[in-house]
Amino acid sequence: MRAAVEGWFTTGPEPALLGSRCVSCATMFFPPVRAEGAFCGNPACAGEVFETVELSRRGTVWSYTDARYQPPAPYVPRSDPYQPFALAAVELAEGITVLGQVADGYGVAELRVGGEVELVVEPLDDELLIWRWKPVTELGEEADQ
Amino acid sequence: MSAEVAVLGVGMHPWGKWGRPFTEYGVVAARAALADAGIEWPTVDLVVGGETVRNGYAGYVAGATFAQALGWNGARVATSYAACATGAQALDTARARILAGLSEVALVVGADTTPKGFLAPNAGERWEDPDWLRFRLLGMTNPAYFALYARRRMDLYGATQEDFARVKVKNARHGLANPMARYRKEVSVEEVLGSAVVSDPLHLLDICATSDGAAAVVVTSTAFAERYARKLGGERPVRISAISTVTPRFPNTIIDMPLLSTDSAAVLGEGGEPRRTFKESIADAAYEEAGIGPDDVSLAEVYDLSTALELDWIEDLGLCAIGEAEQLLREGETTVGGRIPVNPSGGLACFGEAVPAQALAQVCELTWQLRGQATGRQVEGARVGITANQGLFGHGSSVILRR
Repeated sequence: MRAAVEGWFTTGPEPALLGSRCVSCATMFFPPVRAEGAFCGNPACAGEVFETVELSRRGTVWSYTDARYQPPAPYVPRSDPYQPFALAAVELAEGITVLGQVADGYGVAELRVGGEVELVVEPLDDELLIWRWKPVTELGEEADQ
Repeated sequence: MSAEVAVLGVGMHPWGKWGRPFTEYGVVAARAALADAGIEWPTVDLVVGGETVRNGYAGYVAGATFAQALGWNGARVATSYAACATGAQALDTARARILAGLSEVALVVGADTTPKGFLAPNAGERWEDPDWLRFRLLGMTNPAYFALYARRRMDLYGATQEDFARVKVKNARHGLANPMARYRKEVSVEEVLGSAVVSDPLHLLDICATSDGAAAVVVTSTAFAERYARKLGGERPVRISAISTVTPRFPNTIIDMPLLSTDSAAVLGEGGEPRRTFKESIADAAYEEAGIGPDDVSLAEVYDLSTALELDWIEDLGLCAIGEAEQLLREGETTVGGRIPVNPSGGLACFGEAVPAQALAQVCELTWQLRGQATGRQVEGARVGITANQGLFGHGSSVILRR
């Protein structure tokens, strides 16, 4: 299995999204910029050189939803019949909000705006891996629910 | 010099799922607009088409396609594409040439023939195209983005699914009397809540369909319009006082369709002035250009791709404070007869989206409203109307018309 997009995230035991930091103005970007011919998106900066950095592995949920109907191609369904999945937009400490599917086994009932999630890597299909957001359940919270 | 242009005529082809070539709809709308203006086609010296990306080469050169279909008349031609803001950008192109004194009578046309179901990206493997990647990597459809915004309203402002349903109920009622609307049927809150959930918290009836349709506008210099009005002994025509087509300002920190992420807010630092969002800035620019404010507005046509988005737009346009749109809705103030009617045409809820035509359809409705011709849905005493919409890749528009 390999990352769905090379260079967008690591796949080790503590996976993380990979961002690009402009060497001139320190602005971070995700998805990472192209290896060559990239320009800084900050209008006050003419930077063209970037370094790769790991983004925070945890973030807070900006909002969330799910996909009750099978999305159209190029989405590739993982099962027949189709199984709905949840999606979350997550704010990271770097100031970037990143969309992702929610980890297998979790749905909208486990999410709330402002809740904490952690990055995990799971199969997108038989060949490719994708980043997902997994709700972090604090100790004691589970009992409350 | 006046920075205004006059709307001499408007016309539409009814919205629906007709399955006919888009050119046919465009010509019907164009002829209706010309007839409404009382202008002969050979008098038109500029044609601007709204591009449709789903109808092959003829769609890419829509301006020329309509000009040829109407019969080549030697007019200048332009074609605009700005996603959902296409029609407004086309109108802005016409306005620019008119205000520069380079054209006098312009015909602006947008038309579309749409496929069934979710709008999907173009075919092929395109690993650097965010509009392709969002489907391939995440299965992130347009309604899923609408649902993210809807959920924010629920968690931040206490909106409920019943509120969203009430928007649909209101717009369905508005659209009943609109002969151009595709859906002309009353809908109840129970029916909305009983329809299938597409993307939590949005139901099928919260989300707009895709439609075929066409809209056209004849715009002229105010000098031409006044000469013309004198000749006909008619009233002064409706004028366009603003067309805002601004792009976002970096950093754009609210997730926008079709992107997978936002810019980093870190560049703003801590404790700075609260920033205007992209959608707010679209409206700000329109108000500034027109030299008016939200209090001057009699009615609004906003892009209700989802019911919840209508509530967002009401606040983005400054028609009420942030987080108060639900209250305005519940009190009936956004219904025809209320303080600030929103989507008297029935909105996208009753039309469905025909991308290159939709921003022009909003202008058609405001024109009818400001002339007092919106039979069955008339906002009494309407003097100033505003439109709002947003599309993919940093496009958006807001047009202000006044009587």
